[in-house]
Amino acid sequence: MLKTLLGEVKQYKKVTLLTPLFTMGEVVMEVLLPYITAMIIDKGINAGDMKAVLLYGGLMVIMAFMSLYFGTQAGRYAAKAATGFASNVREDMFRKIQDYSFSNIDKFSTAGLVTRLTTDVTNLQNAFQMIIRIAVRPPLMLIFSIVMCVIISPDLSVIFLVAVIFLAFALYMITSRAMPAFNKVFTRYDDVNASVQENVSAIRVVKAFVREDYENEKFKTAAGNLKSLFVRAESLIAFNNPVMMLTVYGCIISLSWFGARHVVNGAMTTGNLTSMFSYVMSILMSLMMLSMVFVMITMSIASAKRISEVLNEVPDLANPENPVMEVENGAIDFNHVSFSYKSGSGESVLKDIDLHIKSGETIGILGPTGSGKSTFVSLISRLYDASEGEVKVGGVNVKDYDMAVLRDQVSVVLQKNVLFSGTIIDNLRWGNENATEEECIAACKMACADEFIEKMPDGYHTYIEQGGTNVSGGQRQRLCIARALMKKPKVLILDDSTSAVDTATDAAIREAFRQTIPGTTKLIISQRLASLMDADRVLVLHRGEVNGFDTPENLLMNNEIYQEIYMTQVMGGGGDFDTASASA
Amino acid sequence: MSQRNMRAFMQPKRKLDKNSLKRILGYVFRYYGWQFVLVVILIMVTAFCTVQSTLFTRTLIDDYITPLLGSSNPDFAPLAARLVKLAMILGIGVVSAYTYNRIMVTVSQGTMERLRVELFTHMESLPIKYFDTHAHGNIMSVYTNDIDTLRQLIGQSIPQIVNSSVTIVVTFTSMVMLNIPLTCISLCMIAVMLFVSGKLGGQSRNYFIQQQKSLGAVNGYIEEMLSGQKVVKVFNHEEKSIQGFEKLNGELRENAANANMYANIMMPVMANLGNISYVLIAVAGGVIALNGLFGLTLGSLVSFLSLNRSFTMPITQISQQFASIVNAMAGAERVFAMMDEPSEFDEGYVELVNIEEDENGEIKETKKNTGMWAWRHPHKAEGTVTYQRLQGKVDLLDVDFSYDGRKTILHDIDIAAKPGQKIAFVGSTGAGKTTITNLINRFYDIDDGKIRFDDININKIKKPDLRRSLGMVLQDTHLFTGTVMDNIRYGRLDATDEECIAAARLARADGFIRRLPEGYNTMLKGDGGNLSQGQRQLLAIARCAVADPPAMILDEATSSIDSRTEKLVQEGMDALMKGRTTFVIAHRLSTVRNSDCIMVLEQGRIIERGNHMDLLDKKGRYYQLYTGNAIAD
Repeated sequence: MLKTLLGEVKQYKKVTLLTPLFTMGEVVMEVLLPYITAMIIDKGINAGDMKAVLLYGGLMVIMAFMSLYFGTQAGRYAAKAATGFASNVREDMFRKIQDYSFSNIDKFSTAGLVTRLTTDVTNLQNAFQMIIRIAVRPPLMLIFSIVMCVIISPDLSVIFLVAVIFLAFALYMITSRAMPAFNKVFTRYDDVNASVQENVSAIRVVKAFVREDYENEKFKTAAGNLKSLFVRAESLIAFNNPVMMLTVYGCIISLSWFGARHVVNGAMTTGNLTSMFSYVMSILMSLMMLSMVFVMITMSIASAKRISEVLNEVPDLANPENPVMEVENGAIDFNHVSFSYKSGSGESVLKDIDLHIKSGETIGILGPTGSGKSTFVSLISRLYDASEGEVKVGGVNVKDYDMAVLRDQVSVVLQKNVLFSGTIIDNLRWGNENATEEECIAACKMACADEFIEKMPDGYHTYIEQGGTNVSGGQRQRLCIARALMKKPKVLILDDSTSAVDTATDAAIREAFRQTIPGTTKLIISQRLASLMDADRVLVLHRGEVNGFDTPENLLMNNEIYQEIYMTQVMGGGGDFDTASASA
Repeated sequence: MSQRNMRAFMQPKRKLDKNSLKRILGYVFRYYGWQFVLVVILIMVTAFCTVQSTLFTRTLIDDYITPLLGSSNPDFAPLAARLVKLAMILGIGVVSAYTYNRIMVTVSQGTMERLRVELFTHMESLPIKYFDTHAHGNIMSVYTNDIDTLRQLIGQSIPQIVNSSVTIVVTFTSMVMLNIPLTCISLCMIAVMLFVSGKLGGQSRNYFIQQQKSLGAVNGYIEEMLSGQKVVKVFNHEEKSIQGFEKLNGELRENAANANMYANIMMPVMANLGNISYVLIAVAGGVIALNGLFGLTLGSLVSFLSLNRSFTMPITQISQQFASIVNAMAGAERVFAMMDEPSEFDEGYVELVNIEEDENGEIKETKKNTGMWAWRHPHKAEGTVTYQRLQGKVDLLDVDFSYDGRKTILHDIDIAAKPGQKIAFVGSTGAGKTTITNLINRFYDIDDGKIRFDDININKIKKPDLRRSLGMVLQDTHLFTGTVMDNIRYGRLDATDEECIAAARLARADGFIRRLPEGYNTMLKGDGGNLSQGQRQLLAIARCAVADPPAMILDEATSSIDSRTEKLVQEGMDALMKGRTTFVIAHRLSTVRNSDCIMVLEQGRIIERGNHMDLLDKKGRYYQLYTGNAIAD
């Protein structure tokens, strides 16, 4: 994990290293300053020597300016290094995700990936800056201060040693107990928030069943539990401050006692004693800071882990060495293909599929949820690799094609489809960057999208909001079909892509396909039998197996599943009444 | 300065709303008055003790070291006595520090708990309109972000500020007592520090605002691209999407670097200004002391120097807290904005009660769950009560409605549903189907006209009782964290396990529930994410069935459920509708065909009504919809 992340520093190595260097300079100045103040007191004020006061005062001002310089440089470089590092991490994650295959994407959820790229990277950036800037500071402070103390008075330094051991022990005791307590708090906190979330999104259910009081009681209990966990965790932290004070006061009293004797004995000067007092403060402050840094680092470890998971994920599809760069035709062959999802239960989603589709055929695909329809078509454009057997397009194994070439020629309209923010034309040009406006319009005509686009205020230049929220479900589906047509593919796959389009338009789209792209192999998945009845052949899938693959007429005679669906949808009136209005 | 503190700067400059601060303090005082006073006293004690430890240096040097210098047989007994005294004072300081820290935990967490519960309870009382007009993400953010900023305010900022203020006052007094001219120098330097930090803070704030903007842009881009990642792959669009990202990411890096830089250099600048202040006072103090002016002893000068140091520290601390106060204030404003939203108003007085019949057929109210219901009308003037049997008759008379008071969504809606009738609404998206159902159970109130339930105007019926008499199955099914059984029982909290299972059978949900790993005891999490869409709908039907309401609102789902589950859902719905007055937003042919009356809606008006055959004969809009010859988009 550490290696992966350190590799992201890249061009910011120099500034990253400069930061602790400058910090070191700053720390040296800070440690020397009390020494100079001692000089001002001893050699100047106590000795009544105004020249010495001015001399050491001048020295101190110079040192203050040097410290200022070092400090600001360190701050500048730290900011540069940390933000640069974060930007590298973000970019590499984003690049990496672009390389992911579908099964890699399935492994992380979209929401999960977004959090990793945003919140986690921000956490990491803060931790990184903290480490290069502050983490070197307390140890350096600690060492320098102790060295200075030993120089001034070796035997008084023993006081510090005792204090440091005491404080370290006390802080360790507090933190080691507080951490698990806080972890409990955070888990519970998430639960409480989840229940609020649930109430907000299900408010209609709550109100319809008049369950406000019931939910209030539930929440009261949860909030009460959260509070007692919080109190338990925070009352441990309440010890931090007093323990710190106890240590400081202990040091002051013992320093006063032993220090006074030393001064009176002439073993040290008054100035030395006052510098010792300031070293007390810096030593203890460093320890406090160390414990803070420690907490901060532990908190960011979770983020670092999640980030390196993304970076270390190996894309499981790759281009072959000498890829085939042309798809000859739209013939599709499945030779004894089986498939199971890697992230799934290991159960086969497709079992021994063996079938052959001629170029230019229109194939309907039918089957209940989970029967493997979407998986079946995903294998054709090599969104996943078959676990067993081989899939061929145009007579060539899909694994031998250049992936971009294959996916350009096998165009899939996914079930969960999205439009991106931009104009309609921008969205259509996803299919073909260099398409002219006329080509775009032609594709829209075929997808029956032209009539509603023309009614829009800006026509083809209408701006589509993120996720396509300003068009209806049926319109979105038609735009997605048009976008897929822009590729002029040899194979076109529609995965339940007209579910929100009314039956008449649906039929018109299919008619347009027949007229305009007769040579393209078309695979159409649908729950609606009417969409499949004019296909050349219909594939009935059931639990990952081919249950029937024949003309609609033959299936009606000899396929049980087909008959059952036919009965409910066509004869029994179980179909949709107004699919178009259901799309919102 | 920490990231959290800096976040406060990102808020555009705004005037602090002192009222929110007052209200927060009001909460603290109302419930934890004496604790809070005690905390303030203890903080003073602590601060006083801290100053004692700083001032002791002078006493040590002037009274216990200097006189002994050169004596051959120094007597340390007085020093020992003095140190014991000091130790006791400091001991009190430590104890009071712990005590106030510990009390503050109770005070801040207790206040948080109260705020949370109050906020949640209030939220539950808000009308549906609130939830429809506020983004759910923003509502959630009040709980997750805004309340947290208050925790910081109460738990850390307030004690810190009290502490720092006390330290400033005590230190300042001691400084004035030690030497006035030196105090003036010190004050001048403080002014310089405040000025510089203000300037730096302003720069930093500007860059933080820009950083936040680019961060928003980057997050938006990531979200859009990643949620369409599969489409990106299918269209070989990877390189393009990386290019777009690089541009935004570069902007973010630059703004973030600047913002962090200004925040980073704040500390060294302040610290070294403090050092320069030290030198100035040392030089000036040296001149004064050596010339024997103002009675400044060397010991006093040394003390003054350390006081000067501890004077600048609380000022830096307060300026840091200031950021988190601004942050908390913004949070408090949002918390209170939600708390000040008006609750749902209920002027109803007619109640729904369980009844039983005695041998004479007289209706009597009972606490028992008899399955028989009546409306209970109190008559204030006469002090009597009358009962009217619940039937399930619903009438809408000339109803007009608009969401915003301007754009009328529904016009002159007239519907008469006799008990047990099934009324179907059909029409395209935005025709107003869902809106009508929202009016019947008073999720929204009508602008004009009347809605009557069993001939009672629904605004005379108490809202909870009205809603209890109307079951609801919505298109998007929402389930709650808990077992399957808990989720069914949501319909009626006192239902027995047997009753829940019976309801599940009626809803055709029993089959799949039994196949779940733990049957009815299977835990559902994340809105039933482990169930399929169809299964969730079956559960929602069961939940409604256990409530056994006399009237129902159904919003048929249209999402692609496979035909087999859909058949089950259909059967479940049909079983549920039997014998109840039902309003159904229909999407299925069979539902529409079997309805007693079909309302065809277009742009907020009922344009056709009648049963299936009548409407087909009319050859109007319904005929078009039915035969699929129209494009509804």
